[in-house]
Amino acid sequence: MEGFDALTLARLQFAFTVSFHIVFPAFTIGLASYLAVLEALWLFTGRAVFLAVFNYWKKIFAISFGMGVVSGIVMSYQFGTNWSVFADKTGPILGPLMGYEVMSAFFLEAGFLGVMLFGMDRVGKGLHCFATVMVAVGTFLSAFWILAANSWMQTPAGHTTNAAGQFVPADWWAIIFNPSFPYRLVHMVLAAYLTTAFVVGGVGAYHLLRDRGNDSARLMFSMAMWMAALVAPLQVVAGDLHGLNTLAHQPAKIAAMEGHWETQAGQPLILVGWPSMAAETTYYTVELPKAGSLILTHDWNGTVKGLKAWPPQERPNATVLFWSFRVMVGIGVLMVLIGVWSLLARYRRQLTASVALLRFAVLMSPAGFIAVLAGWITTEVGRQPYTVYGLLRTAQSQSPIAAAAVASSLLAFIVVYFAAFGAGTFYILRLMRHQPQLDEPDIEKGVPQRAAGITPLSGLADVAASTQK
Amino acid sequence: MFDLAFIWALLIAFAVLAYVLFDGFDLGIGILFPYFAAENERDDAMNSVAPVWDGNETWLVLGGGGLMAAFPLAYAVVLPALYAPITAMLLGLIFRGVAFEFRFRSTRRKLIWDWAFAVGSTVAAFAQGIALGALVQGIPVSGRAYAGGWWDWLTWFSILTGLALVIGYALLGATWLIWKTSGELQQKAYSLAWSTGLATLALIGIVSLIMPFLDPLFRQRWFSFPNIVYAAPVPILVGLAALMLLAGLGRRRERAPFFAAVALFVLSYLGLGISFYPYILPPSLTIWDAAAPAKSLEFLLVGAVVLIPLILAYTAWSYWIFRGKVGASAGYH
Repeated sequence: MEGFDALTLARLQFAFTVSFHIVFPAFTIGLASYLAVLEALWLFTGRAVFLAVFNYWKKIFAISFGMGVVSGIVMSYQFGTNWSVFADKTGPILGPLMGYEVMSAFFLEAGFLGVMLFGMDRVGKGLHCFATVMVAVGTFLSAFWILAANSWMQTPAGHTTNAAGQFVPADWWAIIFNPSFPYRLVHMVLAAYLTTAFVVGGVGAYHLLRDRGNDSARLMFSMAMWMAALVAPLQVVAGDLHGLNTLAHQPAKIAAMEGHWETQAGQPLILVGWPSMAAETTYYTVELPKAGSLILTHDWNGTVKGLKAWPPQERPNATVLFWSFRVMVGIGVLMVLIGVWSLLARYRRQLTASVALLRFAVLMSPAGFIAVLAGWITTEVGRQPYTVYGLLRTAQSQSPIAAAAVASSLLAFIVVYFAAFGAGTFYILRLMRHQPQLDEPDIEKGVPQRAAGITPLSGLADVAASTQK
Repeated sequence: MFDLAFIWALLIAFAVLAYVLFDGFDLGIGILFPYFAAENERDDAMNSVAPVWDGNETWLVLGGGGLMAAFPLAYAVVLPALYAPITAMLLGLIFRGVAFEFRFRSTRRKLIWDWAFAVGSTVAAFAQGIALGALVQGIPVSGRAYAGGWWDWLTWFSILTGLALVIGYALLGATWLIWKTSGELQQKAYSLAWSTGLATLALIGIVSLIMPFLDPLFRQRWFSFPNIVYAAPVPILVGLAALMLLAGLGRRRERAPFFAAVALFVLSYLGLGISFYPYILPPSLTIWDAAAPAKSLEFLLVGAVVLIPLILAYTAWSYWIFRGKVGASAGYH
């Protein structure tokens, strides 16, 4: 193993901070839309259960959104602190994309979040629902712009270079709608929806296992299972199309994901194995003959490139990619499976009757997070050894910073993230353990936001009592 | 033809100023947190900013993201130069940001999050002040990279500006609380505003006296003719704002002290702008050296022209929704 030089440390720091960060948006993009749907359903039907479930998840949303904000600020400065050469060279392209993200998405989310969290009694139902929808729109726009930026790094287009060695824009449309962007956007937004659906479904199932009569839990579980049944198969199709797009633009990434070393017609599909970068082979394979070509070229005898087609310094790490890809796909298959199972149970009008299905759903509740992380590891490690694919090497992107400085900041981030976000996860889990009530309060009694002058008149006595102790 | 680099310099300067003012008062509340009684006072103080802090902090992201977009070279030089203070600021912001949510969720560990909020806010403010001092002292550049050492930012002057910003933010926080609270907490805020106000005025004076000696550029900017004529209104207005602050506090006005404190910040900021221009990183990079190509600046400018007024509009709406005093005893209804 090579020593920890500044480059390795800077990469570790980016991987660590971005992995922590992505967990929160992956959850809040889906949860914001879910909340908007719940509140709209409540407005249209007037059924209390929708408001109850809305209030239940709103508290969880508040915590995870806060963690997403603060971990996101770190990302927006890390390009400069640790990757200054990258920032200088790509700033004219990526800077405006992120600028649009801030102006169209972050402000929208943050501006309406306060009203969504604390303003129900101040603005009325309709306007409150509008605020919730704006938060949801903000999370989606944020995904749009940041995925455009990431996709440009994967499949750069629409640029030229100037004398200072910077990438400069030639055609903004081509930059934003670069070849991999539509696929990545669809794949990631569906992933965020599924991630949220499985958390919601798992929490619903957990409470149904304790009390089958809990209407809120039943609503959560039922809605989540519809998402699993409808969106998980869509995600398989979207993932397949994204894979074909990657094959067209980043074939080395596909070769590493599949553990293919030789370029040949009729590539096998390697189900399991251990790709070795040093030995340039994949050990212990269990494979289906020719199925790899069938999947990637839709032809039994299609030719698919192997990693040996690239010199060693151009190859992404196949050991990592092979397995991260399989973890993601495996979870996707399980998601489709539980969706189908739920349809069968629903058809027999016994959706909440099967203990096995409910337990399966509880087990699957963190599955989306694992799949999202595995998917991002696949696409980001697969972009190596470049930051801007084929054009700017990772080794030539970093700041001229001493290893000791990067090591100290990495250590500080690790300690702080585990302390702060560990506590946040604990509070979220505690909220999830709390049984959903049909009269789920907006914000619990004794939680002082409520005393902040937003209490309805009928509650004033209560608050006065609790604040005068 | 418009000078796009100049327009963007104004826009970035506006975003940073908006950040300093908006997040200034909520960081200030964090800085003053230990002075408030553990239960109701801290709850009220925090509640006075809980619905708006996310939006306030977003201006920091706009400042950073906008700098990378409009002046990528400046972004690429200044962040490595300020590696340690920026990292400290980010870590401080994490602690204080999560404290907003965690504090109300925690049953037995509330005190820990009180301290996370206070220490995080103070560290973030101090680090920003240090960054400001280091910028004033100058960032050496060679080629397209930072050319100084890793501890260059640490000088007695940057410590002084760090301290000044902590106390200045505390003044903003105290005057905000005068406006938004009542009863004992408001009384406390008045007395805190007195002490932080006097200290802020003293520190503005000291830093202003030192700056002309740091760089002949600043001296020439302020004291040569005819510049002195154009620049003279700034210190005069600072004097007026100081009077407005002290008179507002003396007469127990509820809003005037906050706006006087804001005026002090705006004027000090304007003074810095006069000193810096046309440099974005004195003495090495002017705004034109660091500017992104016109196509980048135009593209984002279209969005900024449409979106920034919209942002200001719904931000104002959100503040309007949460107008009035915090706390049940205040009788909002």
